[in-house]
Amino acid sequence: MATAQSALPSGAASGGPSGGPTDGVLRTNDGVPLKTTLRRVNRRQKIIAFGLVLPLFLFILITFLAPIGMMLFRAVDNPVLQEQIPRTVALLNETWDGEGLPDDAVYDTLAEEMIQQYKVREIAKVGTRLNYEQGGLRSLITSTARTIARRAEPPWKEAFIKIDERWGEPETWGIIQNAAPRYTLSFVLAALDLRYDWQGDIVSQPENEQIYVKMFVRTIWISGLVTVLCLALGFPVGYLLANLPMRQSNLLMILVLLPFWTSLLVRTTTWIVLLQTEGVLNDIMVWVGLISDDGRVQMIYNQLGTIIAMTHILLPFMVLPIFSVMKTISPSHMRAARSLGATPPRAFWDVYVPQTLPGIGAGSILVFILSVGYYITPALVGGRTGQLISNFIAYHMQKSLNWGLAAALGGLLLLGVLVLYWLYNRLVGIDKMKFG
Amino acid sequence: MAEITDPFVRFQNVQKSYDGETLVVKNLQLDIAKGEFLTLLGPSGSGKTTCLMMLAGFESPTHGEIMLDGHPIHNVPPHKRGIGMVFQNYALFPHMTVTENVGYPLKVRGIGRNEMARRVDRALTMVELGHLGGRRPAQLSGGQQQRVALARALVFEPALVLLDEPLGALDKNLREQMQYELKHIHATLGVTMVYVTHDQTEALTMSDRIAVFDDGIIQQLDEPSTLYEEPSNAFVAQFIGENNRLLGTVESVDGTDCIVQTDNGDPIRALNVRTTGPGGRTLMSLRPERISINPNPGSMPNILPAEVLEVIYVGDHIRSRMSVCGRDDFIVKVPNWAGHVHLRRGEKVEIGWFASDCRALDA
Repeated sequence: MATAQSALPSGAASGGPSGGPTDGVLRTNDGVPLKTTLRRVNRRQKIIAFGLVLPLFLFILITFLAPIGMMLFRAVDNPVLQEQIPRTVALLNETWDGEGLPDDAVYDTLAEEMIQQYKVREIAKVGTRLNYEQGGLRSLITSTARTIARRAEPPWKEAFIKIDERWGEPETWGIIQNAAPRYTLSFVLAALDLRYDWQGDIVSQPENEQIYVKMFVRTIWISGLVTVLCLALGFPVGYLLANLPMRQSNLLMILVLLPFWTSLLVRTTTWIVLLQTEGVLNDIMVWVGLISDDGRVQMIYNQLGTIIAMTHILLPFMVLPIFSVMKTISPSHMRAARSLGATPPRAFWDVYVPQTLPGIGAGSILVFILSVGYYITPALVGGRTGQLISNFIAYHMQKSLNWGLAAALGGLLLLGVLVLYWLYNRLVGIDKMKFG
Repeated sequence: MAEITDPFVRFQNVQKSYDGETLVVKNLQLDIAKGEFLTLLGPSGSGKTTCLMMLAGFESPTHGEIMLDGHPIHNVPPHKRGIGMVFQNYALFPHMTVTENVGYPLKVRGIGRNEMARRVDRALTMVELGHLGGRRPAQLSGGQQQRVALARALVFEPALVLLDEPLGALDKNLREQMQYELKHIHATLGVTMVYVTHDQTEALTMSDRIAVFDDGIIQQLDEPSTLYEEPSNAFVAQFIGENNRLLGTVESVDGTDCIVQTDNGDPIRALNVRTTGPGGRTLMSLRPERISINPNPGSMPNILPAEVLEVIYVGDHIRSRMSVCGRDDFIVKVPNWAGHVHLRRGEKVEIGWFASDCRALDA
């Protein structure tokens, strides 16, 4: 088939079996160009293949890709001010140059829209949105709206400043202006511990509010550490699995897989039982006299607990790819290396280890990517110092309801994983990766 | 068999058992001379590969001693034995290029870069792969991989090279070509080669001497021609080349010959090689190509009637299955030369052979 696609020189075609027009096109016996026939045959196969994957493709599209896309879109989506106080925003952009206070007309429009939104109980949304930019603005908006809707009188400019003198400061208006565009980078900036100041320049968050960069660094550090630990613990197990006699290796394989068949929550809570200060391990250490009863070690509800539990849970993801690659390495390679003069350690390092690299790569990238997004285990055993970025994403999804920031954090995490994947592909090659 | 004085390799009373119950190698005595091409030939499970692995150091003898150049090597680990080895599946390192593969034994020996490049180049030129140094093993054909494995086993100039069925995975034409090349390389370098195979043609083509293994014992150790022409027992006769078997009872011994009564009563004059004397059972072995069709009466001591049951045209010869002495599996090879006898199925012919071609062995 492949040879038919490559155009032969016309001389060869005229001598071909077709006997048809000698225009240099290969034809079948009934005169249809060979390429057309080939395409027709292939098309049917393609349609069948596509039909087979279509249900799964639709399922993934609807339940996976679309929700993720919509969620990520929230990282830049910024509809609140445009929907709630559209005319104020437009007027502010038109008439205010950032110097001094806006015109009276802006105050008038804002008052009008505030009263309107107050009556339909929507004004809190504006307050919440502005509060992301600067703490305290939610109460300013809600209290101002309440006051002007109930008892304040025009002229609005004086009334506003009288309610709260922040209405007389350009900063407040600058923040409103910066929070106004339909699409904004402010969530992404916040996820990087940056923000717009009232003049629209990008500046660092105040020092006591900088947490996300630290969390990203911690997440990557813990994930890297867990990956290295899994590799150090999993490599020998993979080697044993691949080299033990069938009976023993099957038993060992069951031991490796057993955690897979146990619920994640059960495994995590088991670690709590084992590691807590009144737990099994501490009791034993006190009992054998290794530590005193007062000196019980805090091994859980901190970073250590997260690292231990995650390493345990992710270990099979490292062992299995390494095992599957080791299984394919012929024992004669080691023998060959030794017959050629290499000592056993040298032969192992020169000949065996390089051949396990596809498995190490696959296991490492699997464990690292899973760790980077790990949520339940850090939430349960991480305490304060063992929380990862995903716990903050969950917090913003469920508690603070700042979905924009959650989406920005998640998007950055996804981007980081993709960059790593790209790097891995550049350095090692994805096609060399073997999962089993 | 000539006695080897000052053997390069000596197996002394070597026994090997894996499970403590059965012996894979039973009391092996084998001397290999320096510069010799010795083949260990035998069916699978006959212990030949085990012998090779013991020599390479990957298995240790359960009993006995192996001497290399006069020194016992029992306690020398494989990497210090300095023995080149070519494995059955080549065992090329897939993550290294051809050059790196061939250079590996030099690298572990700490040989300098320039010297290494020179020697790798020479080794690759010897196997005619000088232009493929940058490729990976997976990009080479089977024959090329085979050559790389050979170059790698030779590049550090070992005095002894072991080859474990190295041509097994190649197709017939390539295998034959490689046989000659290996033989040439052996002649050029003068290294001692121990070659394991189950292919008797390969063994006959290449070896100085062949040790035929069966059941953990060397059945016969001889030059190829002796092995083929004068097999000393029934197993060797059967294993090397094709043989017709005739069972009978020795009637009388007449000098070097003996008269044998076959089971259906025909008397046959055969060479008395290994019988238990008159009255003993014997198995006579007769090469299919040593049989003449319709010989002149009296020209041969053995002339018997036969019926052609099957005729197969092979090309260089015609192969015919005949019914002789009550046996239906008697094979006769007629060389395809101008004017050969044209046999037809069902035809009745006479066949004859000389007493010296028919060897009476142990039953």
